[in-house]
Amino acid sequence: MTKRKKGLAATVIFTLVSILYVSPLFIVLMNSFKKKAFINLEPFKLPSEKTFIGPENYVNAVEKYGFLQAVLWTVVITVGSVLVILLCTSMFAWYITRVKSTTTKFLYLLCVFSMVVPFQMVMFTLSLVTDRLRLNTPWGLVIIYLGFGAGLAVFMFCGFVKSIPIEIEEAAMIDGCSPLRTFFSVVLPIMKPTYISVGILETMWIWNDFLLPYLTLDLNKYSTISIVIQRMQGSYGRVDMGAIMAALVLAIIPIVVFYLSCQKYIIKGVAAGAVKG
Amino acid sequence: MEKSIKRYFPVFLLPTFLAFIIGFIVPFLMGLYLSLCSFRTVTDAKFIGLGNFVEAFQDPEFIHAFFFTAGFTIVTVVLINVLAFAVAMILTKEIPGTNIFRTVFFMPNLIGGIVLGYIWQLIFNGILARYDLALKISAKYGFWGLVILVCWQQIGYMMIIYIAGLQAIPGDLNEAASIDGANGWQCLWNVTIPNMMPSITICTFLTMTNGFKLFDQNLSLTAGEPMKQTEMLALNIFNTFYSRVGWQGVGQAKAVVFFVLVVGLGILQLQMTRSKEVQQ
Repeated sequence: MTKRKKGLAATVIFTLVSILYVSPLFIVLMNSFKKKAFINLEPFKLPSEKTFIGPENYVNAVEKYGFLQAVLWTVVITVGSVLVILLCTSMFAWYITRVKSTTTKFLYLLCVFSMVVPFQMVMFTLSLVTDRLRLNTPWGLVIIYLGFGAGLAVFMFCGFVKSIPIEIEEAAMIDGCSPLRTFFSVVLPIMKPTYISVGILETMWIWNDFLLPYLTLDLNKYSTISIVIQRMQGSYGRVDMGAIMAALVLAIIPIVVFYLSCQKYIIKGVAAGAVKG
Repeated sequence: MEKSIKRYFPVFLLPTFLAFIIGFIVPFLMGLYLSLCSFRTVTDAKFIGLGNFVEAFQDPEFIHAFFFTAGFTIVTVVLINVLAFAVAMILTKEIPGTNIFRTVFFMPNLIGGIVLGYIWQLIFNGILARYDLALKISAKYGFWGLVILVCWQQIGYMMIIYIAGLQAIPGDLNEAASIDGANGWQCLWNVTIPNMMPSITICTFLTMTNGFKLFDQNLSLTAGEPMKQTEMLALNIFNTFYSRVGWQGVGQAKAVVFFVLVVGLGILQLQMTRSKEVQQ
């Protein structure tokens, strides 16, 4: 076979595999328009006249299960936490890289250590601490995410700060910039690519996180997308498959839109985050 | 310069440091201490030494969860890495449409574990129902269901890392090898793979720790059914804390064991693959 033919054969095979790869998402989409009784009976058939139900499943998911509020809180928690993490940890990382002492070295090691600790180790005590300090609101969760997510962010920022020539900052400070001004008008613009990488990694984590908000949030008042979906399946006795399908679709759509619009940065961010090992 | 930065430590350090204390250090230390205590609420904690650990190791469900998790991790580390590596090799050749394929393979990774579990529950139950079976009737289905789900989720992520690694290998290395008469396999084994060791280190590390720490997917796909037969370590610890009254101490002891296990395996794995890395 010539090289060209081989390439074409690979394209055909990969096209088929790709279709198979995304088919689960289409099957869910298809089922979200069926009557709930038919979803488990014939999940792979297109909705027919008998099984089609229109947007009713979506209406149910939104009205009965408070899905929109959950989306809203998820957005608040994710955006708030990521912005706070980016600002605070980049300042922290710059300080501990530029000021060399035993304390800063210790802080760095502590951050690296926190990256490898599994959440199960701290989950029970963390929920006690958040209850005691009344951090069981979306705003409190921002602080928890800053604390628990600091490890990876500090690590990545430190790696980048080390590669910035210190002369640039010295020049700014000799010209009379305070450390704050040096950070915000010199260091911050240089670090823009790292902000994007860290921002994307933290967004992917916090948006999808289930256990941390489940254990720390006051669930009578607040919920997130993952929590609502998990709750639809459990505890209520009869499971409304229709509403679950609709909720799954509504949960996936923002992710796909986000992915397709910042794909370039996401893939770069993942590749950059991987170098941490 | 250091001196003037130092004066600003409350602005630069304090916010993150305080959050770090609340969100990590205090819970971590409390967790270590409580694993040695008998308690229901923290105020009645009584120091009992290693009793919780003894009970944890005598809990057959915990032991079963360990072997289930270990088996699952071995299978997924091998499958994900071999497949992701192969896909990365093919997609770095000049094939029409590679960018679209990369986009498609990476996408499942962005979807949360809970959502993934329910997507695949529908599909597995749909397939098994044709044979009058269901996902939750046998641990075998749960195991392979989880394997398929996790492969679907993570192959794209590892593929991206492998592609970045492959593109960093200078093309003349393979060229020189083939001029010297090496065939395709020899090039792969003796040139590409040794040069890819940093990526392989990262990917095996990530897939291994992801496998051991898997929770959301386990909870949403099978929730441990049938009879806790598909319960993995993280879910077992969660259930010990929150659905067995009076077992919190044992739960915390299990969590400490889990933590030591994850960190220990991580270090072991890093040392094993690091030693095989070559300098270019």
